[in-house]
Amino acid sequence: MSASVEWPDRLYATLKRAGVRQVAYVPDAGHSRLIERCRADNDIHDVALTTEEEGVALAAGAWLGGDRAALLMQSSGLGNCINMLSLARTCRFPMLMFITMRGEWEEFNPWQVPMGSIVDPVLKLCEAEVYRASNTDEVEGAAERAVQHAFGDERIAAVLLSQQLIGKKVWTK
Amino acid sequence: MSLERRAAMAALVANRGDLLVVPGLGSTTWDLAAAGDDPRNFYLWGAMGGAAMIGLGLALAQPDKRVAVVTGDGEMLMGLGSLATIGVKRPGNLAVIVFDNGVYGETGMQPSHTQGGVDLMAVASACGFVDACDVRDDVGLEDLAGRLKTFTEPLFARVRIVADDPPRVLPLRDGVELKNRFRAALGVEA
Repeated sequence: MSASVEWPDRLYATLKRAGVRQVAYVPDAGHSRLIERCRADNDIHDVALTTEEEGVALAAGAWLGGDRAALLMQSSGLGNCINMLSLARTCRFPMLMFITMRGEWEEFNPWQVPMGSIVDPVLKLCEAEVYRASNTDEVEGAAERAVQHAFGDERIAAVLLSQQLIGKKVWTK
Repeated sequence: MSLERRAAMAALVANRGDLLVVPGLGSTTWDLAAAGDDPRNFYLWGAMGGAAMIGLGLALAQPDKRVAVVTGDGEMLMGLGSLATIGVKRPGNLAVIVFDNGVYGETGMQPSHTQGGVDLMAVASACGFVDACDVRDDVGLEDLAGRLKTFTEPLFARVRIVADDPPRVLPLRDGVELKNRFRAALGVEA
């Protein structure tokens, strides 16, 4: 297995070790393998969303009921979450986010750049702890730290999965 | 015919049993507080558009209990996509109840889209809520209160209420305390 397809399996293993029971996502190419793994797992409720902010509310409800949840999204999706993250900040709900980055490295589509370029400062303004993984070897450690911060401290933790890690989107066939 | 909102909420939670209740930002939170405090109420002072999805996460986490989201038409309209998400996920223990008076009561009675012709019953049906009921009177309300104890498919109800603005009854507003006492009432790990 090549390094480029191995990191989603490492993330999946981290989610399982952490006891995550609900995984919410808007379909995303970068997260496609991890989403497939979660969909195939009978111990995980996979919840496909119409917009990422639904996932923030879902994760809050999950924690109220004793479940751990994780949110998978693309950098553009973070922008859809901002106001709903107030719910996590006000009530200190754990919010574990894995964000595939666009608009930062060999990006063909300039429309991805405005949101992609402000993900890090926006998350910090939302009092999130931010971790970044730029290669496969960094994924598991970043994810483990995010799990501890989110569920141990009941805070927002985000792992940014860089565009270098994910690979360039192919636009012509 | 339309129902009085405080009496409607009181009727829905009067004999709630194990029911977990998530009201929406604004008037339905005051309605639920007026009906009597309970640690199994998760009052929303914010998160507009999120009530139904909080209900979904809770319902998936607590499959042996029934969850009722009771929110207003304005709050539901902001999270309309969540009806599609719930319709696809089909949790058998989640009810979404909308108190529909066609106005944004919290901000000065401005008209909502339901007054402009948007039919939330039709939206819910189109999203896959097979069990959808339109409550217009006390008989319908009693029927809905009964169904909250027995439903096994995702349930949607529109309760037509009077467009009035009764005095606010304010519940606890510390979010951390609301969360912690809710989890303690369910006995989930700290």
